[in-house]
Amino acid sequence: MAVMERKFIEERMESINIKGKKKKHLKCESESLAGCVSQRACVYCGARVVLNPITDAVHLVHGPIGCASYTWDIRGSLSSGSELYRNSFSTDLKENDVIFGGEKKLSRAIDELVLKYHPQLIFVYSTCIVGVIGDDIEAVCKAAARKHNIEIYPVQSSGFIGNKAAGYKAACEAVLKLIKPGVHLPEKKNKCINYLGDFNLAGEAWIITHYFKQIGIDVNVTFTGDASFTKLKKAIEASLNIVQCAGSMFYLAQEIEKKYNIPYLNVSFLGLEDTAQSLRKVAAYFNDPDLMERTENLIKNEIEKYGPQIAGYREKLTGKKAAVYVGGGFKAISLIKQFRELGIDVVMVGTQTGRKEEYAEIEDLVDDGTVVLDDANPAELEEFMLLKGAHLLVGGVKERPLAYKLGVAFIDHNHDRKHPLSGFVGALNFAKEVYSTVCSPVWQYVHGEGLLHEK
Amino acid sequence: MLDSTSKQIVKRSGGVINPAKTCQPIGAMYAALGIHKCLPHSHGSQGCCSYHRMHLTRHFRDPIMASTSSFTEGASVFGGVANLKTAIKNVFTIYDPDIMAIHTTCLSETIGDDIPSIIKSAEIPEGKLVIHANTPSYVGSHVTGFSNMVKGMITYLAEVDVEEKKQQVNVIPGFVNPGDMREIKRIVKIMGIDSIVLPDTSGVLDAPMTGEYTMYPRGGTKIEEIKDSGNSLVTLALGSFASSDAAKELKRKCNVPEVSLKTPIGVKATDELIMSLIKKFNKEVPYELEEERGQLVDIMTDTHFHFHGKTVAIFGDPDIVIALTEYILSLGMIPVHVLTGTPGGAFEKEIKAMLLEAGIRANVKAAGDLMELHQLIKNKPVDLLIGNTYGKYIARAEDLPFVRIGFPILDRSVHSYLPVVGYKGAMRIIEMISNALLERADRDAADEDFELVM
Repeated sequence: MAVMERKFIEERMESINIKGKKKKHLKCESESLAGCVSQRACVYCGARVVLNPITDAVHLVHGPIGCASYTWDIRGSLSSGSELYRNSFSTDLKENDVIFGGEKKLSRAIDELVLKYHPQLIFVYSTCIVGVIGDDIEAVCKAAARKHNIEIYPVQSSGFIGNKAAGYKAACEAVLKLIKPGVHLPEKKNKCINYLGDFNLAGEAWIITHYFKQIGIDVNVTFTGDASFTKLKKAIEASLNIVQCAGSMFYLAQEIEKKYNIPYLNVSFLGLEDTAQSLRKVAAYFNDPDLMERTENLIKNEIEKYGPQIAGYREKLTGKKAAVYVGGGFKAISLIKQFRELGIDVVMVGTQTGRKEEYAEIEDLVDDGTVVLDDANPAELEEFMLLKGAHLLVGGVKERPLAYKLGVAFIDHNHDRKHPLSGFVGALNFAKEVYSTVCSPVWQYVHGEGLLHEK
Repeated sequence: MLDSTSKQIVKRSGGVINPAKTCQPIGAMYAALGIHKCLPHSHGSQGCCSYHRMHLTRHFRDPIMASTSSFTEGASVFGGVANLKTAIKNVFTIYDPDIMAIHTTCLSETIGDDIPSIIKSAEIPEGKLVIHANTPSYVGSHVTGFSNMVKGMITYLAEVDVEEKKQQVNVIPGFVNPGDMREIKRIVKIMGIDSIVLPDTSGVLDAPMTGEYTMYPRGGTKIEEIKDSGNSLVTLALGSFASSDAAKELKRKCNVPEVSLKTPIGVKATDELIMSLIKKFNKEVPYELEEERGQLVDIMTDTHFHFHGKTVAIFGDPDIVIALTEYILSLGMIPVHVLTGTPGGAFEKEIKAMLLEAGIRANVKAAGDLMELHQLIKNKPVDLLIGNTYGKYIARAEDLPFVRIGFPILDRSVHSYLPVVGYKGAMRIIEMISNALLERADRDAADEDFELVM
């Protein structure tokens, strides 16, 4: 392919695959090339997005100002209680702190924030520079916790120690410390689950929690959407964990199972099919006929309610082509299925941090000719969207204007989503959003007279 | 969200709560995007580049392209030399810019990477250029980073190759929107003066929709122009925080005299810009500009009674806030709190001098944060808040009319296309302020006070 020879460097070719007869293992979970316009972020970013939805915590960023500025209230996670997490706290390290160390300033920051907000919980995020100047944030946190008699956890998130996935792990480590019980393990509650990997963007976790309530399952705590110190402290009373965003929460689920003997199930609440399947899976786990019946009733009612409306959109959208470029593999997989429900073919699919198993599943799901790629750069996204004639891109902040410039519709499936996309109602919202962008009249003005390419 | 902010101001020394600034590299990245066919490069971890691109994307709603050295644990132990060399090679192979503008980060600065010597020993294709600026995140703010990168452009590129200076002006517009740079160029052009605007993000970050994506849109200062800036008759530095260093560098390197002016926001600062050009180039004021100025003054008189005596809190980047404060005063409004997150005594000094002349006392603060601004407002309430998007929390908590001017604006669109500078920009600001104040008056009016004509 001539375009590819021109635009892409050799090393990247191992991370791109066009599904065909020959099976190829995609290179993934590797470091980005220096000099690439990578869409990836860093360890701090991964850790922060996972922990940020804990609403009543002080999230204190230890480093120069930037890392705190760029993460100030951008996640769109809703809270039913405290709004403390929506502030931006930084030690704002200066040149002198870098030379003489930032530990004292960190202690002062904690003192001041405790005085002002009386939090029960503080997370202290280390940034690149802290890793290099060698501040012992463990020690500072420990001493401050003792002094104020609250819980303070360091998050080892220096940007350069890995990618976003390493940040997920650092966040999970901090959460594990937080949920660790005292001497006695509390008793497990029956039909009580933790919901891992929902960050309550646009209130999504509330929708799912409400389904479970209706069928008689209690959601103990969500990791980490709308979570709070008190709720998290009760985390190990659950009898089952269900895991949605596997990229960030798989590790936590495994550790909780190992340490506290709480098993986990993988679920996904994106799309009618996956939502229904996931609810059934959880209900089946508890092996209670009444519960199963309530679940089937709920599914039936919800699908009756939303199915016809979604079918209406399907009629209008059938034959359209979508490209998907998201953070983790779980979301990509669900989106492929969800687009199928709308009659839309996924012609390109990629992730920033997808894992091997996930790419294998994607390969199985997609049609021949679909482009699968890991850690794509904008040039690749552009080339393949055009090559495959995509009408729509699903992505995050940085991908939006790129799609628009190409005259391609766009959906934010990340921090900037404005409507809940989870559950049955979320499936309808998704269909509506796809319709409103793909079928918007603005596109007819994009491709001027004589420049129309077949859309 | 900020309902619990206390009135009592306690002096803090452990960092900031709700910052009114961000770090140097993003300013450097923005400045570099103002060179035609330039790819900014972030020498640090992937996250930095990703955050800057994300933030700029949200403000400009256009694709922001920049590459990164993608530091790993190894790079931060052994230095980023190998990463940068590989990056330079890859950038020219894959993205084929004419020029690559490297900025550092807190990480690479602390490790101590020597960028000039890395550039010297890197493989750079024939005819291509690599420049750099040191932008440690722990010094200054995003405005400092912008300033450093513009200075870097001069250091690397500006040349003198004529004996007598050319009849052309260098304009360094400062950290403003592409719409502002476009307006500044228009004003200078109407005056019949050749100009080099540097940097110039118009046509890059407000590029038109064509249905085709080009990595390097048509806009941006051409490399030839930057080289030629050494031959200009004079440099106008608009806004001392973002522009003076580059202008001084032009003076030092190429002996181009420097005139330091405010960002041309409001009638007085715009007058000064035009008068400086007239003086230097012996031109008459073209009728077109006379007319615009006349229209602006007409609008000011038509609306002054809406503004007079209204109290205002202003925050944002120093150059913008200084100019805005001057303009606000000329409308008869009273600045009560004036704050920037960027450190710098010159800010406080300049604002205080203006206030003294106007006979007004106010809280003036550099290196402040928005928690402090909020507390100041709680202690002394105002009628209007002007600042970037982050002001919305305070506006909501205190129920204040709010006008968005500055960087970043993440929750409204079109702002980057339209100017706040020049007479046209000043008209726009009046429109924004009166809409905010009058909407509020309508909202709050009792039935009997609700008026059709205002």
